[in-house]
Amino acid sequence: MNAPPPGQREMRGIRAIAIGGSAGGVEALAELLPSLTARGALSIFVVVHQPRDRSSILPTIFAPRCALAVCEPDDKQVVQPDHIYFAPADYHMLVDSGRRISLSTDDPVHFSRPSIDVLFESAADVYREQLLAIVLSGGNEDGADGALAVRRAGGFVVVQDPGTARLPMMPRSALARVAADAVLPVTRISALLNELCEKEIVDDR
Amino acid sequence: MDDFEIEMRLLLDAIYHRYHYDFRAYAMPSLKRRLRSAMQRFRCDSLSQLQDRALQEPALFPGLLDYLTVHVSEMFRDPSYFRALRESVLPVLRTYPSLKVWVAGCSAGEEAYSMAILLHEEGLLERSLIYATDINPRALQRAEAGVFDVASIAGFTDNHRRSGAPVSLSDYYTAAYDSAVFNQSLKRHIVFSDHSLATDSVFAEVQLVSCRNVLIYFDRGLQERAVGLFRDALCHGGFLGIGSKESLRFSRHADAFATVSAEDRIYRLRGVAA
Repeated sequence: MNAPPPGQREMRGIRAIAIGGSAGGVEALAELLPSLTARGALSIFVVVHQPRDRSSILPTIFAPRCALAVCEPDDKQVVQPDHIYFAPADYHMLVDSGRRISLSTDDPVHFSRPSIDVLFESAADVYREQLLAIVLSGGNEDGADGALAVRRAGGFVVVQDPGTARLPMMPRSALARVAADAVLPVTRISALLNELCEKEIVDDR
Repeated sequence: MDDFEIEMRLLLDAIYHRYHYDFRAYAMPSLKRRLRSAMQRFRCDSLSQLQDRALQEPALFPGLLDYLTVHVSEMFRDPSYFRALRESVLPVLRTYPSLKVWVAGCSAGEEAYSMAILLHEEGLLERSLIYATDINPRALQRAEAGVFDVASIAGFTDNHRRSGAPVSLSDYYTAAYDSAVFNQSLKRHIVFSDHSLATDSVFAEVQLVSCRNVLIYFDRGLQERAVGLFRDALCHGGFLGIGSKESLRFSRHADAFATVSAEDRIYRLRGVAA
């Protein structure tokens, strides 16, 4: 893949992380989300492709394992730091310029609602270079266009190493579309997030 | 504000002044995406170009309106909502000699027909009138026809069953080729009409307003306007149902309503101070 070596651009001043995963994504999230520590700076948005009736259980599964508050937001809910927002089943999740959640039932994208592209593109609009997007395991191309939008807005893109993903197609599609800032196995992404949390607090002082 | 957003505002202004459809207070993030799709559909490189065409070619506007308005719906979407209406709301509404229900933002009519079927199953349809309103004339035409793609019927049937229905959905339509044509007996109790939550006012007193997954397309100011209309349209003790991810929590009208079902987002207008 044509990704530049990790660390080429230093990740600083990140305020939001948008994460997308499909098949195999939940396992990756189970490693990533509990590694985040509450430092008052980061808001996390997550889209996971799930059968319509099942995705509402994700907040229930993750809440007890995470230091951050986990929720499935209502429309127009104010985005807060130290919160993880899971896209509700059968809704696209977007962010508006007033930093509130905006939901839609527009057509599925890549047969998916919620769609990762929809989240990434809208978060890129709002957070620009303060956004980190992470593409995890999955069996379709959702997230690739979105990752490109993030990169074009000056944000950062990290892709799960396709060799370590249960289904490599989603990471591969993203890498074919955009020069990622880093391509890493989940354990290393986890370490990166930890580091980010530490750095954020330094930046705030 | 980036260039696209500036062009977007100009386009929405132009549409308002020329066609009197007001999308200026719609939620921007999803509208932005739909306008990007519209640009592709009409082969325009920029929104300014699309604006130019929208103004110069009135014949193009109905097609553009399809991108600006919201369509996705299904019959008995969120079966538990309809179950809650069946169990908690209709027993109260049964005490009224005649019933008026407003399905606001009915799009192609799925929710309006669901409501008619629900009222029929609870023995109330004969004395009910459903106002089904939308701003898109093409959607209203489709709604009035009461014809749905047979491919979506399986999902509708499953939803209907899970809403606690006593009979099968197939009792209410005739299948013809690729279509399911819903019975005239349902349609007799539905009035489809053009009404905008952004620019029009209240037109009747009703006992129930069902407006689901419409408010999510509005910004907060327009949400307040719409909920204000519902509040004015409802009789004292009347009911309001909204989408499963919509909330009155952030509204200044919140105190006017009591919660009937938090899970299913059903509220009841409080009476005059007791």
